[in-house]
Amino acid sequence: MSPRITLATARRVLLQLRGDPRTIALLVVVPSALLVLMRFVFDAQPAVFQRVGVPMVGIFPLVSMFLVTSIAMLRERTTGTLERLMTMPLAKLDILVGYGLAFALMGVVQAGVASAVGFGALGLDVAGPVWMVVALAVANALLGMALGLFLSAFASTEFQAVQFMPAFLLPQLLLCGLIAPRESMGRALRWLSDVLPMSYAYDALSRVAGDQHPGRRAALDAAVVAGAAAVALALGAATLRRRTG
Amino acid sequence: MTDLGVSAIEARDLVVVRGGDPVLPGISLDVIAGRITGLLGPSGCGKTTLMRAIVGVQLVRSGSVTVLGAPAGSRSLRRRVGYVTQAPSVYGDLSVRENLRYFAQVLGVDDDRVAQVTATVGLEGESAARVSRLSGGQRARVSLATALLGSPELLVLDEPTVGLDPVLRRDLWNTFRALADRGATLLVSSHVMEEAERCDDLVLMRDGEILASEPRPALLERTGAGDVERAFLSLVEGRDS
Repeated sequence: MSPRITLATARRVLLQLRGDPRTIALLVVVPSALLVLMRFVFDAQPAVFQRVGVPMVGIFPLVSMFLVTSIAMLRERTTGTLERLMTMPLAKLDILVGYGLAFALMGVVQAGVASAVGFGALGLDVAGPVWMVVALAVANALLGMALGLFLSAFASTEFQAVQFMPAFLLPQLLLCGLIAPRESMGRALRWLSDVLPMSYAYDALSRVAGDQHPGRRAALDAAVVAGAAAVALALGAATLRRRTG
Repeated sequence: MTDLGVSAIEARDLVVVRGGDPVLPGISLDVIAGRITGLLGPSGCGKTTLMRAIVGVQLVRSGSVTVLGAPAGSRSLRRRVGYVTQAPSVYGDLSVRENLRYFAQVLGVDDDRVAQVTATVGLEGESAARVSRLSGGQRARVSLATALLGSPELLVLDEPTVGLDPVLRRDLWNTFRALADRGATLLVSSHVMEEAERCDDLVLMRDGEILASEPRPALLERTGAGDVERAFLSLVEGRDS
């Protein structure tokens, strides 16, 4: 692995995004717009908005980066650029970390704007420090990127890659505690939600939202998210093959 | 054939199987260093698979391929071998310059090289244009320029002149000749027999097998044919009868 190639790769991914300003606008605006929508949907129940608002700010980058990475990686595979890179003096980690840096930066921007709108304009309260929400959002962006990179290996068309979002992320969203408390789920679902990484992302975010000193439990949850991202990256690395049939 | 010079590529009993069917049933081949070798044959005959095996991106069942003295695909070869796939493998959403700069950084060559290879493929005027907006022939040239960046000792080019106008095709063949004169080895595939006239050595392939592999004049003399197309036909017919 070489810092020169890793940074060049991150720069290249960002240049590709810059060439597509509409995607950048959607990435930055949509989470905030949905927060505004949510604020008014729960106009009569401000407590519900308070409960789901903060986790939404932090979980959105996971979904966005999952989608962007799975399509970007699928294109690298189908247009032959990945194969070309594999014949060059570049390590798989250069690609993975390069993508990670680029999308972590996008995650910071996305969560930063959503935080400013949520905490500034919409009156969303967060007991813990706001930077923790942004930091968790970045960890989630990396998890989304790693999952997208890994799963894109199993998609042969962009239609399939897009359908992986409802297939792999929606169940996690239903089970993570955002829709219904995990304690109230049946044993099988509870067990399932215990092994899904988004549950830990949600737990950490709701702790930061509700507790002035989120402390060790939130850090532990964040560590689980980071660990899941590392596992997904390792699985993703295994799908980057120098030789194919 | 090795008495003509040092082999840049040595394939021995190479077997590649895809989906249960042998694409290459066991071929052996020498490509002589410092020369232009044309790999000719109808599409689907295994040219691309053989080239992929040479650059080390093809899973092979058995046999060996040695490139510049090292097993194909070795880490040490990644700076010494350039490969251009049939479909241009560059980023459509970046400009010509952005594409070349990125690959230059991966290869560790400086920006001067970017300008040089852009001129070599005649794309100076399109340097700021986004690749997706270019014509097919221009995209193919961006892909070729990328392979030239690292000044590789071996260039493997899969149908590099498809869809190019005759003037440009002539210019590119002049470029290939200049590279070979400076000591590079070129393996160029084509299904256009007239391009064979520009090669030093010819490898004729059909159905995964090598019909002939020798210097062009020797091939013409042996078959008594006036051109490569007729030499190919006489070899195929001689085999079938």
